[in-house]
Amino acid sequence: MGNQLNLFPENASTFASQVDYIYLYLLLVCAVFALGVVVAIVYFSIKYRRNPTHTAIQQVEGNMMLEITWSVVPLLIMLTMFGWGAWLYMRMVTPPKGALDYYVVGKQWMWKLQHPTGQREINELHVPINQPVRLTLTSEDVIHDFFVPDFRMKRDVVPGRYTECWFEATKIGSYRIECAQYCGTKHSQMIGLVHVMSQADYDKWLSGNLGAETADAAGKKLFEGNRCDTCHKDAPDARGAPLWGVYGTQVALRDGSTVLADDDYLRESILHSTAKVVAGFEPIMPLYDGQLTEEQVLQLVAYIKTLKAKPKETQ
Amino acid sequence: MSSHAATIRPGPERSDKPSYLTDGHTLKSWLLTVDHKRIAILYLAAITVFFSVGGLLALLIRAELFTPKGDLFDSDTYNKLFTLHGIVMIFFFLIPSIPATLGNFLIPIMIGAKDVAFPKINLLSWYVYMTGGSMAVLVIVLGGVDTGWTLYPPFSSTYSNTNVALTAMAAFVTGFSSILTGLNFMVTIHKMRAPGMTWFRLPLFIWAHYATSLVMLLGTPVIAITVLTMAIERVFHVGIFDPTAGGDPVLFQHMFWFYSHPAVYIMILPGMGVISEVIACFTRKRIFGYAFVAMSSLGIAIIGFIVWGHHMYVTGQSTYADIVFSILTYIVAVPSAIKTFNWTATMYKGSVSMDTPMVYAMCFMGLFLIGGLTGLFCANLGLDVHIHDTYFIVAHFHYVMVGSAMFAYLAGLHFWFPKITGRMYSEGPAKFGAIIIFIGFNLTFFPQFILGYLGMPRRYHFYPEEWQVLNVLSSAGAMTLGAGILLSMLNIGWAIVAGAKASANPWMAKGLEWENASSPPITANFDEAPIVTEEAYNYPAQLPSAAHH
Ligand code: HEC
Ligand SMILES: [Cu+2]
Ligand SMILES: [Cu+2]
Repeated sequence: MGNQLNLFPENASTFASQVDYIYLYLLLVCAVFALGVVVAIVYFSIKYRRNPTHTAIQQVEGNMMLEITWSVVPLLIMLTMFGWGAWLYMRMVTPPKGALDYYVVGKQWMWKLQHPTGQREINELHVPINQPVRLTLTSEDVIHDFFVPDFRMKRDVVPGRYTECWFEATKIGSYRIECAQYCGTKHSQMIGLVHVMSQADYDKWLSGNLGAETADAAGKKLFEGNRCDTCHKDAPDARGAPLWGVYGTQVALRDGSTVLADDDYLRESILHSTAKVVAGFEPIMPLYDGQLTEEQVLQLVAYIKTLKAKPKETQ
Repeated sequence: MSSHAATIRPGPERSDKPSYLTDGHTLKSWLLTVDHKRIAILYLAAITVFFSVGGLLALLIRAELFTPKGDLFDSDTYNKLFTLHGIVMIFFFLIPSIPATLGNFLIPIMIGAKDVAFPKINLLSWYVYMTGGSMAVLVIVLGGVDTGWTLYPPFSSTYSNTNVALTAMAAFVTGFSSILTGLNFMVTIHKMRAPGMTWFRLPLFIWAHYATSLVMLLGTPVIAITVLTMAIERVFHVGIFDPTAGGDPVLFQHMFWFYSHPAVYIMILPGMGVISEVIACFTRKRIFGYAFVAMSSLGIAIIGFIVWGHHMYVTGQSTYADIVFSILTYIVAVPSAIKTFNWTATMYKGSVSMDTPMVYAMCFMGLFLIGGLTGLFCANLGLDVHIHDTYFIVAHFHYVMVGSAMFAYLAGLHFWFPKITGRMYSEGPAKFGAIIIFIGFNLTFFPQFILGYLGMPRRYHFYPEEWQVLNVLSSAGAMTLGAGILLSMLNIGWAIVAGAKASANPWMAKGLEWENASSPPITANFDEAPIVTEEAYNYPAQLPSAAHH
C-alpha cells in the first residue's frame, strides 16, 4: 500500500481479476457511448449554433428505424453485461466442496472469528493461501457487512440468520476487513485484517495457538452441558426429534409442510423450537433464545452437522 | 404534422387584470391562497430553506473528510450529519423540488387550465409538507438522528438512542404531501386540458409529471407504512423487523426500497421533463421522437417498481431474486437511453443558442450520462458485490440526483424565471455560476468513483491515509460547488428585486405559458381560455426577429 495514486485495490483473490475484467469491460463500453453522445452534442452545438442570417431550421418528426436501433443495440450490449456479471456471481455464492469452514460473528464494533480447528481471533483472521475458505456469518446486534476490498468480496452480516460467502486468497500479505454496512458510532473503525499465509506458515501459526477446541467439539460439550442429550438421543424412543443425519434433508413439519434442514433452520430450531415443530413430536423443547450466544449456537450447529445417520443394518 | 402556418405569438400585452403577485398583498392572501402559482412560490421558499440546510450539512461532512482522522466532530456527530443531510435533501428537497414548484406553477398553464383540479388540497399539501418539515427541524433541535437516511432496523428500531421515531413520523407526514400533489396532478392532467389539447399535444414536461404522479401515488403509501411500522416497533417493542423479537430485518429493506427505488424516478423524471422543454426552446425544434420520449417516462415509472432488489444483492436474499432484479435493472436503463439519444438528435439541424437554461441542460446531459452509465456498473451482480455500499454508489447516485435532478431544477428555474417573476436575471453571472457549479460538482464526485472502487465504504468517518488525496480533491470540489450555488442564488435573488422587466415571451418559445399568459400571469392564468390547434413545439423554420430580448 504505497502513497501513489492507485486506481485498483490489490489483486489478492481468485475473484479479484474477474471483477476487474467486468469493470474494465463496462468502462470501455460506457466510455464509447458517452463519448459518442458528447461528441455529437458538441458538434451540433457548434455546427448549428444560432445565427441570425442562417434560418435553415429543419423540423424532423423522428425516425422509427433509429428509435429501434438505439433501443435494441444498447439492450443487447447490456444483456452481455448482465450475463457476465450473473455468471461470476453464481460462482461467488457457491463455495466449492471441501472449503475450510470459518465462522464470523459481527458485533458493535468488532469481528469475532473462529477457525475450523477451533482457534479464535478478534479483528484478525489468518488463512492459508490457495485454499477455498467458506465463511458463515451472523451478527449479535445490528446488521454489519464483511468486506475485503482486495478480495472483491462482501456479504451482509445479519442478526437472526446466517449468510455465507467464500474466497480463495492468491497472494501472501495482509488485507483490510471493513464493515460496509452502517452500524452506529464506530462503524468506520470496525476494521480488521486478513493475513494470507503459506500453508507451512499457517500450520505453524495454528500450532502456536493450540489449546483451542474445534467448533464441533465445543458444540458437543454444549450439547451435553445444556442437557440437549436427554431428549435428543440416537434411540427410537427419544422424546426429541432425531438429529442424526438430519442436516441437508427435508424435514416434515407438523403443519404438513416440509423444510430444508440447513444452517438457518438448525439455528431457528435451537433458539425458537416452537416456530417450526417437527411432525410426530410435541413442542416440548425449551426455548434457548437468550440462553446461548451466537457463537455457542454456531458451535451447536457445527456439532449437529457432524452427526451422521447410522447405517440401518447395524441397528 | 407540423402545421403549414407555424408561428410564434409574442404573448399577450400586459393584461389590465392584476398579476398573481399583485393580487393581494397581505400575509393572509399568501398563506390562505388557493392559487397554484402562489402555492408554488410558498413551496419554492420552503424548499430553498431546506436545500440550504442540506447543503450546509454536506459542506460540514466534506470539511470533516479533508483529513483521515476525525478532527472537527466526534463520530456520533458525524453520523448525524450525513443522516440529516440525506433526510433533508431527499424528503424535503429532491422529492418535492421540481413537481411542487415548477410543476405546480406550470402544469395548469401548460394545459390551458385556470388552476389544478383541487386547489384546496393543493394548499393542504403545502401545510402537510410544512408540518413534516417542522418535525424534521424539531429533530435537529432535539439533537439529531444517526440512523442513516435508510433507517435500517434493528439499528433504527432498537439500538439507536437518537430521535428515530420523530424522524420516521416526519417522513411519514411529508409523504402525504407527495400523495396529495400526485393525486392533484393526475386528475388535473386527465380532466382540465383545454379544448384541442390532446394527449399527444401535451408538452413533455406534462408527460414527465404524469409519470411522476403515478409513482407518487402508488409508491409513497408503502414508505409511509414502512417507516410507521418501524416507529411502532421502536416505541411499542412489537417484533416486526427486530430478529430478537421474532422479526425480519431484511423485510424492512424490501419494503423500504420498494418505494425508495421508484423515488429516484420521482426525483429525476420531472427533471427530464424540464430538459425536454429547454432543449426544444433553445434549438427551436420539435423534440425528436416525441412519442418515444413521452412513453419512455411511463416505461421508467412502471418498470421502476420491480427493480428494488438491486439494492440488496449482498443481504442474502435468494440468488434467483438477485438474477431477476439484475436483468430488470438493465431493462429499465433502456428508456433512459432512448431519452438521451432523442435529446441529442433534437439538436440536429436546429438553431442552438447557449443561454443559461441551455447551458444547464447541456451540463445535465453530460452528468446524466455518467450517472446513468455508472448505474450499469451497480446493476451488475458480480461487480456490485465489490462496489455496493462504497463511495462508488455515493458518486453514482449524486450524479443522478444532484448532477441530473438539481441541474434540471436550476435549468428550469432560469428558464421560467421571467414567467414566474416578470423579471430577467443577468445572463453573465448566471452562466458563470452554472460553470462553477459544473466544475465543483465533478471535482466533488468524480474522485469518489475511484475511492469507491479502491474500497472506501460509505458513511466512514475515519479512513486510511492513502485515500487522503482523493478525499481532499472531493472536499475542495464541494466548497467550489457551494460557492457556485451561492453565487447563482444571489444572482437570482438580486433579479427578483431589481431585474429588468421581462416580456411575456422573452425566449420566443412555443407553449401556452409563453404564448398565451403574461409574465407574471394573472390569477386566472389567461384573459381568455385558450384553444389548442397545433402540436407541442411547433417551431417555424424562420427565426423570429425578436428571438432575443
Ligand atoms: C425437553 C426435550 C428437549 C430438549 C432438552 C431439547 N430438545 Fe431439541 N427438540 C425436542 C423436540 C420434541 C423436538 C421436535 C419438535 C420441535 O421441532 O419443536 C426438537 C427439535 C430440535 C431440532 C430440530 C430437529 C429436526 O429434526 O428438525 C433441533 C436442531 C434441536 N431440537 C436441537 C436441540 C438442542 C441443540 C438442544 C440443547 C440446547 C435441544 N434441542 C434440547 C425436544 C428437546
Ligand atoms: Cu458497520
Ligand atoms: Cu434502485
